[in-house]
Amino acid sequence: MPKYSGSVRSVIIALAVILLIVVVSNTAIGTTNISPVLTAKIIYMGLLEWVQGTILWTLSLTGIPFDGSAFFNSISPDVTWTDGQEMIIMGIRLPRVLLAALVGAALATAGCSMQGLLKNPLADPYIIGMSSGAALGAAIGFTLLLPIQLISFIFATITIFVVYNISKVGGKVPVDTLLLAGIAISFFLSALTSFFLFFSESLHQIIYWMMGGFWNASWDKVKITLVIVFTGILLSYRHSWNLNVMLLGEEQAQSLGVNIESVKKQILVISALITAAAVSVSGIIGFVGLIIPHIMRNIIGPDHRGLLPASTLMGAIFLVLSDTFARTFPSKMQTVLESNDIMLFQVILERIGSLQGVDLPVGIVTALFGAPFFIYLLRKRRKSLYA
Amino acid sequence: MLEVNGVIVRYGNRQILNQVDLHAENGKFVGIIGPNGSGKTTLVKTINNIIKPNAGSITVDGRSIDTMSSIEIAKNIAMVSQVISINFEFTVEDVVLMGRTPYIKGAETHEDMEIVQDAMKKTKILHLKDRFVTQLSGGELQKVIIARALAQNPKILLLDEPTSHLDITNQIDILNLVKDASRKGILVIAVMHDLNLAAYYCDKIYLLRDGDVISSGTPDEVLTPSNIKTTYNIDVEVINNQITNSLYVIPRLEPLGKKTQLSQRDIMSTFA
Repeated sequence: MPKYSGSVRSVIIALAVILLIVVVSNTAIGTTNISPVLTAKIIYMGLLEWVQGTILWTLSLTGIPFDGSAFFNSISPDVTWTDGQEMIIMGIRLPRVLLAALVGAALATAGCSMQGLLKNPLADPYIIGMSSGAALGAAIGFTLLLPIQLISFIFATITIFVVYNISKVGGKVPVDTLLLAGIAISFFLSALTSFFLFFSESLHQIIYWMMGGFWNASWDKVKITLVIVFTGILLSYRHSWNLNVMLLGEEQAQSLGVNIESVKKQILVISALITAAAVSVSGIIGFVGLIIPHIMRNIIGPDHRGLLPASTLMGAIFLVLSDTFARTFPSKMQTVLESNDIMLFQVILERIGSLQGVDLPVGIVTALFGAPFFIYLLRKRRKSLYA
Repeated sequence: MLEVNGVIVRYGNRQILNQVDLHAENGKFVGIIGPNGSGKTTLVKTINNIIKPNAGSITVDGRSIDTMSSIEIAKNIAMVSQVISINFEFTVEDVVLMGRTPYIKGAETHEDMEIVQDAMKKTKILHLKDRFVTQLSGGELQKVIIARALAQNPKILLLDEPTSHLDITNQIDILNLVKDASRKGILVIAVMHDLNLAAYYCDKIYLLRDGDVISSGTPDEVLTPSNIKTTYNIDVEVINNQITNSLYVIPRLEPLGKKTQLSQRDIMSTFA
């Protein structure tokens, strides 16, 4: 285990607990009222069933007879809910909340690694062209009716390899060249995306996708994303000490025996893959990958051994909260607008028709709430935040 | 024991080092001097394998560094570059612990922490251990960087102009620290600008010009008016400094006329 100072460890534990509470409580929030306690019970039951199923399946492979149903029944809660409620929690809300948590975790971790690696406070997971690659992929996917998730993942990954190879100078990848190549490729890909948008009939869909959201979350998406993101995040934690050493300068790191080019390559590839996995299921959600690492650096300092896990957890918490807002806000607003007899509200209602069943793109929410909070932090600290 | 044989380094078609030879034994303080652009920094970076030479060999205790992994090199050779500032809020202890990087597998051990404590003690920065490196003065920061290099437990300590941006107290402080390290058996190789400090501290000096070793040997052998004339193109007088019992290089500057003509009255009014 890496050495954490006590306070860093407690922050990380606190964040993990908060994440758990946020996941459960936010699954309870929605148009149908299901209490958080009931939600927790339903999730617990689902988890038990899954664990039981996995154990039975593994044992059936090894051929050991085992009947744990008595044990599992004894620790199961009494079923006090309807199938409908279970369907809403387990089938609709939980995968969505979990997907938001995974994407938030992925973006914040990738953003944190990129800021450390590039030593640039403006770095985020998208900085070297990931988002424009994914967007182009999605645009092509929508236009040619191909699977969006797969195509955008492939495009985002190709983009990062192209950028990496363009920036390679004699076996090394200078950070400045990487940034500039990333920006140049971004512009090029954005132009291509606009070109597709211009001719595409699915203009509205593409733009909606690019704003980011989790309205089509499913367990399949959760599983695929979980595997990629979880592995990627763990692999990037392995480099936290190297990232620390590299913050003092590449030559210093090199003379301390850190193979900087290999570390760079690994972190770039890992960040690219988890970002691509995130973007392909959620569209382009800005701000999480940029701001969460800054906020956590402000709280627990620049040591990546604490900073990376803290960013991961905070990113997940932040995106779950943002998504809950994004999916409940329109219907809340509808209710408010309808219940007031104010002329202006009636005009708005007429303009927008029905909001029911429509989500706000979560990318709007993250920036709308994240930016003011970040500005508050910048002002409060009154010194360079990136330190 | 460090042996550099016939090292050639080119950047594009510019030759930075022409067949440089350097031999030094453990426990010595070796100075590398020469005008700006003479290849001093390139030489130390090449010894550290940060720059790969186009030709020639570098061996530590008879082993070529070509055959060593970067971690092995880091266990043998430590480098102190000129660090003006660190912009990240690491504590002093954290930065010194970074010197243990080549030894740490997974997490630092108790032994690592003891070595870190020891390095901080040697460099007299133990009282700063929980301070952020962003809050240190230039002299304190340089000591932290040297402590980090010592925590690496190197056989060879390379220093690239370790004192050039420091005040005189800190210069002496730092060089005394480094001298102590060399007395305890580490081979110190320092790029230096101040010829007089080099004359005082170094056991052996290499004088470089345009990538060639113009002269090497003890300070007496190297710091001659003619050598300095050929490399720096400046006329100097070299005297024996009675106070430090080492050589002292004085540039033969024309006395500036103006100041000597100040009248007693001018001086009085200045200090009034």
